Amino acid sequence: MDRRGFIKTTAAVLGAAAVPAGFAGSARAAGEIRVGLVAKSLGNGFFVAVDKGAEEAAKQIGNVKIIFTGPTSTTAEGQIEVIQSLIDQHVDAIAISANDPDALVPICKRAMARGIKVISYDSAVGQDGRIVHVAPSSDELIGQALDKLAAAAAPDGKGKFAIVSATPTSTNQNAWIAVMKKYLSQYPGLELVSTVYGNDLADDSYREATALLQKYPDLKVIVSPSSVGIVASAKAVEDAKKVGQVYVTGLGLPSECAGHVEAGSIKSFAIWNPIDLGYATTYVAVDLVNGAKGPGNSLPDGRMGKISFDANGVGAMAVPFTYDKSNVEQFAKIF
Amino acid sequence: MSTLSSSVQAREPARKAFGWKKLLRWETLLGLVVILDFLLNAKLSPYFLSPWTLSDASFNFTERAIMALPMALLIIAGEIDISVGSTMAMASVLMGLVAQAGFGTPMVCLTGVVVGLIAGGINGVLVTVFRVPSIVATIGTLSLFRGVAYAVIGDGVLKSYKPDFAYFGQGYVWGPVSFELVLFLVLAIIFAIVLHTTVTGRRIFAIGANPIAARLSGIRVDAYKFWIFVLLGAVSGLASVLLTSRLGSTRPSIATGWELEVITMVILGGISIDGGQGSILGVVLSALLIGCVTFGLSLLNVPGIVLAIVTGGLLIGVVALSSIVGYSGRRRRH
Repeated sequence: MDRRGFIKTTAAVLGAAAVPAGFAGSARAAGEIRVGLVAKSLGNGFFVAVDKGAEEAAKQIGNVKIIFTGPTSTTAEGQIEVIQSLIDQHVDAIAISANDPDALVPICKRAMARGIKVISYDSAVGQDGRIVHVAPSSDELIGQALDKLAAAAAPDGKGKFAIVSATPTSTNQNAWIAVMKKYLSQYPGLELVSTVYGNDLADDSYREATALLQKYPDLKVIVSPSSVGIVASAKAVEDAKKVGQVYVTGLGLPSECAGHVEAGSIKSFAIWNPIDLGYATTYVAVDLVNGAKGPGNSLPDGRMGKISFDANGVGAMAVPFTYDKSNVEQFAKIF
Repeated sequence: MSTLSSSVQAREPARKAFGWKKLLRWETLLGLVVILDFLLNAKLSPYFLSPWTLSDASFNFTERAIMALPMALLIIAGEIDISVGSTMAMASVLMGLVAQAGFGTPMVCLTGVVVGLIAGGINGVLVTVFRVPSIVATIGTLSLFRGVAYAVIGDGVLKSYKPDFAYFGQGYVWGPVSFELVLFLVLAIIFAIVLHTTVTGRRIFAIGANPIAARLSGIRVDAYKFWIFVLLGAVSGLASVLLTSRLGSTRPSIATGWELEVITMVILGGISIDGGQGSILGVVLSALLIGCVTFGLSLLNVPGIVLAIVTGGLLIGVVALSSIVGYSGRRRRH
């Protein structure tokens, strides 16, 4: 075979080899950054919204591909299988909302050992198993947001208000209420008259809220930093025919609160926005792939501004997102 | 009853024409499907054909495949055990407690296997002494064992395992060949030898095919069944050691729903649910097939819901296909 013939043959063989590679759907485009976005489980509206935000960020950054995946049920074993397949696809980054903070650590370590940037969002992976964790919010930000919501619900920002919390030992709620009290001085018109506990149960919360309405006839606002408490309190206000006199606010899910916003017992409430969470998570993942260092640094996250991570790699995204009549229906379809 | 006679066939090769019958054996069919899927995966995903990818893929099914081996024996003997996932959870919880108490890795592993053994013994006693039908007895222990696991640690976690414990579920014997995979292959060979070449194996088939005839011919049917339950329990404990080591931690929800995945592997492997028929080779091939199909699809990022549909479809498809092509003897019993 002469030299030209050899080159021709080689070219033909290479060409033939390139054809099937071109068909493969998951092959990598040049310079593309691929981010595996792992949900707690598929078929959950919350994570569909997270994916929507991630796609938005991917489009904005450019040349980023989001691989949205997750197990069928919320098990650690299922998530491990999914992460395994992402490792073998040689993705550049993996972002996980963990079903189990501990059981995922070994597989996440393996991913990092193979050069993949692993982060968690929403629900954290143990510190050894991820570079950073994007928390939807922080105690500080939530507490302040609750004060602001109470002021917005009270007429002219003045009046008595009460808190319907979860249990007296709920770590999260107690931390938020402590922050609320710390910043209450910024709202001189507001007066906190009582904190009661509905134990995160619908009937207990309803009973406590009804008792509050009887005990304080001039109560203006009930704040409930619990998704169970806010719905039960709104129901109590409606049943006591006090809609328009007493407003309920706090942290709740749009799908559960939409009806009460419609009824008028809730003016506005807050919870993290999953679209923003997916958006910020994607930005952080791409920042890390591009060489940024996580813990102890601030990383830009597009339209959200920037997110600062503490020495343990935990960063809070934003103040909880406020929902009212204008947007609750749209989000009620999501989560 | 072709499986029973698999060794007989080998001795009398001239008994029948070599052609179709042999080609249509369940194992041949499974083997072909495995090869087909392997090629398809290699074609569809540029990442599939790498030793490390294949090794990673094996982690997803070896623990279940290891349990499928004694489960095959039990189903061949005409019984079933659906408590194996819960047995794993209970074993894992006790291993966690033993580790927390400061014991080393050998003691932790021993605990896992012994707890499994006892759990298997309880199932065995319920079935052979108290005469509870195995499906009923193990539905009971399915809840019982899982309940014990939840009662002990609730929503807590046990993770004070020593670093060397990680070897069982995460370690490699040579290059990308994992400890789990080697253990599975060794156990598969042992199970195949026992089931297909020894008197014990022959008796297990006989018990499943016709327990009354087996008893009348002097086989201690209940003793056999009891010990297979114990064996399955012990192997579930072993699988629990592997899984706990792979996860590096214990929660009571560990291995939820695995019993059905193990039984799916066994049935797809050609073990008759009525007992009396099947081969270890079939089980090994079906484990490979399930592993290959699910991992291949997940490399293409096909959602897990579709994976579940494919596995279910595969099971029905292969069973129906074998029925259509008229498995001689396979569908006939008694």
